[in-house]
Amino acid sequence: MYGRGLRTLSIATVAVMAIALGLVFFYAPLEAEQGFLQKIFYVHVPLAIVSLCGFVAGGLMAIQHLRTRDPRWDMRSYVTIHMSLIFAVATLITGSIWAKGSWGHWWVWSEPTLVSFLIVFLLYATYQPLRFAIEDPELQSRYASVFAIVAGAFVPLNFLAVRLSTEYLHPRVLGSSSNLPAKMQLTFLVSLLGIALLYLTLCKYELTAKHTRAQLRALRRTLVGEGDPSYRRSRSAVPSL
Amino acid sequence: MIELEGLVRRYGEREALSDVSLSVARGQTLVVFGPNGAGKTTLLRVLSTLLRAHAGSVSVLGKSLPDEAWAVRGRVGLLGHEPLLYRELTARENLRFHARLHDLSAERVEERLAAVALTDRAEEPLKTLSRGMVARVAVARATLHDPELLLLDEPWANLDPAARELIEPLIGASATRTRVISSHDPSGGLSEADLVLGLRAGRPALLRDAERVDPSEIAELYR
Amino acid sequence: MRRTVAALLHKELLVELRTLESVPGMSLFAVTTFVVFHFALNQNSVSGDEAAGILWVTLLFAAMLGINRLFVADQDQGGFDAFLLAPVDRSAMLLAKALALLAYLVVLELVAVPAFALLLLGPSLGQALPDLLVVLLLADFGVAIIGTLVAALVVRTRARDLLGPLLALPLLVPVVIGGARATSPLLGLTHADSPPARWLLTLGLYDLVFGLIAYAVFDFLLED
Repeated sequence: MYGRGLRTLSIATVAVMAIALGLVFFYAPLEAEQGFLQKIFYVHVPLAIVSLCGFVAGGLMAIQHLRTRDPRWDMRSYVTIHMSLIFAVATLITGSIWAKGSWGHWWVWSEPTLVSFLIVFLLYATYQPLRFAIEDPELQSRYASVFAIVAGAFVPLNFLAVRLSTEYLHPRVLGSSSNLPAKMQLTFLVSLLGIALLYLTLCKYELTAKHTRAQLRALRRTLVGEGDPSYRRSRSAVPSL
Repeated sequence: MIELEGLVRRYGEREALSDVSLSVARGQTLVVFGPNGAGKTTLLRVLSTLLRAHAGSVSVLGKSLPDEAWAVRGRVGLLGHEPLLYRELTARENLRFHARLHDLSAERVEERLAAVALTDRAEEPLKTLSRGMVARVAVARATLHDPELLLLDEPWANLDPAARELIEPLIGASATRTRVISSHDPSGGLSEADLVLGLRAGRPALLRDAERVDPSEIAELYR
Repeated sequence: MRRTVAALLHKELLVELRTLESVPGMSLFAVTTFVVFHFALNQNSVSGDEAAGILWVTLLFAAMLGINRLFVADQDQGGFDAFLLAPVDRSAMLLAKALALLAYLVVLELVAVPAFALLLLGPSLGQALPDLLVVLLLADFGVAIIGTLVAALVVRTRARDLLGPLLALPLLVPVVIGGARATSPLLGLTHADSPPARWLLTLGLYDLVFGLIAYAVFDFLLED
């Protein structure tokens, strides 16, 4: 049953995000150099962290799928990666806004996190087209899982390589999240929690919706029998349960 | 030799094979009839270890699939719609490649080439040979390793009567050879069969000893 | 296992020699690209970072051509089934295909690197050659592994020629980083320090990690 706990999770998410917003605007001090714009850091970095964890989690779930052949793991992997991709786009957008505000350019090559994200985004953007291009549903799930595993392993390697290559060019523009004063640290942690909860809640919503739809189809099939149009499901990138 | 119990194979949410149970003894020939899309090819591919069952149990040559599939490969031969040969390579090169995969000698290759009467065309790329000749090379490939179980998907489709006679010793009935043949030809297929399975939309509509089956019942399957 | 890999590799190279589908195309593409670069950059010679960049981008895109074709013959002519029916270790196909792709890449470089030295490279290549070969070889392993994996992933899809490069290029970015950064000092006007160890290590680590992963997941691409 996927729907259990959804309401609790949603309320918790809204609550934590409200607190986080409050902290960001009223509690965290203004940063000396960048001023008000710096506050985007409290959105940008948590988005990045959650997105990356999501991609790696998607890879782990894919491993489970290959091991157990249970289609539910594939569904989880799909939703996780799908959601992480959306969060990755948000990371790129917020990072870009921050770069424009701090440096005057919409894009900076000297910020390794942003650059790595671009590459990771380009890679995972092929996930859904790859799924869609394979018609046989079981083959699709299996190949998607292989992709998720390879891509998941790629994420840390990519960060390492990009960081190595940009280190000696410029100092980090957008700053790192260590060496923060206590107030900022607290705000950051609460933000991180809020965004993580948001991610989990959205994933849960999507999983519940898909699961319910699959149950509905199964019920309809037992009622209507062989002639049910849902048997002739058109091609889709979404895993079938 | 073959034991199927409640075999199910799905394609997405549809069942390509539904609740197929049967038993074939050594040396027997099972002929499978049914319209296109009924699941004949799927059944053959499951028996060959290429596909795994989604439910039910499959036992081939005394080994349970898919766990012991590795013990079965090399003892099963599949002759499908595709010849499974490389068009750019010659008959000899193709067969030598398969021989190496199955750890067989080059002499066996020459033997088979002679058995299908293609020794004189063995050095020409397959794309220059006629469809019937390629079909004969395919038969040579499928039987190269002297499989105990032969799975034939409409084997006579591309062969003229002379070729059929030629390959009879390779794929014909024998006490040591168990066969599963899929066929569209009611009378021809029946004459080869010890056991008959009729499939319709993945379900077994007919399962009986061949002597007690009438050709009209097979025609019914296609209606 | 060794016997199977040998049999598969023999078949691969035989088909390639018969059809000449991959290697000549890749090599010609590389040379043509160098010419295009000359006009695009409007320069008679390049060195250092620029040279490394042009060389690696060209090699990578030429490799894509080979990667796209790697499994096509098998897919179209039912080669997978025959292999899957044989009593052999399935990882042999990964090894054989990766080795074949590696061979194609080596031949590509045998053509492309001299062509590059002739057409675009300012400084002479002589002293830097051994180091360059080491870097190329390390990178080739990475490209071969990822190339084989991606080729197998997309061969059964409908848009395989498009999806192949889209998947492979991001995955190969670390190889480009390692390769180009390592090559740049070798192609510099003031020659020629050895490439910094960090880049060789990056390439080596990449090869190792993805080699292991490819070995672990490849079977799942073949079965059923």
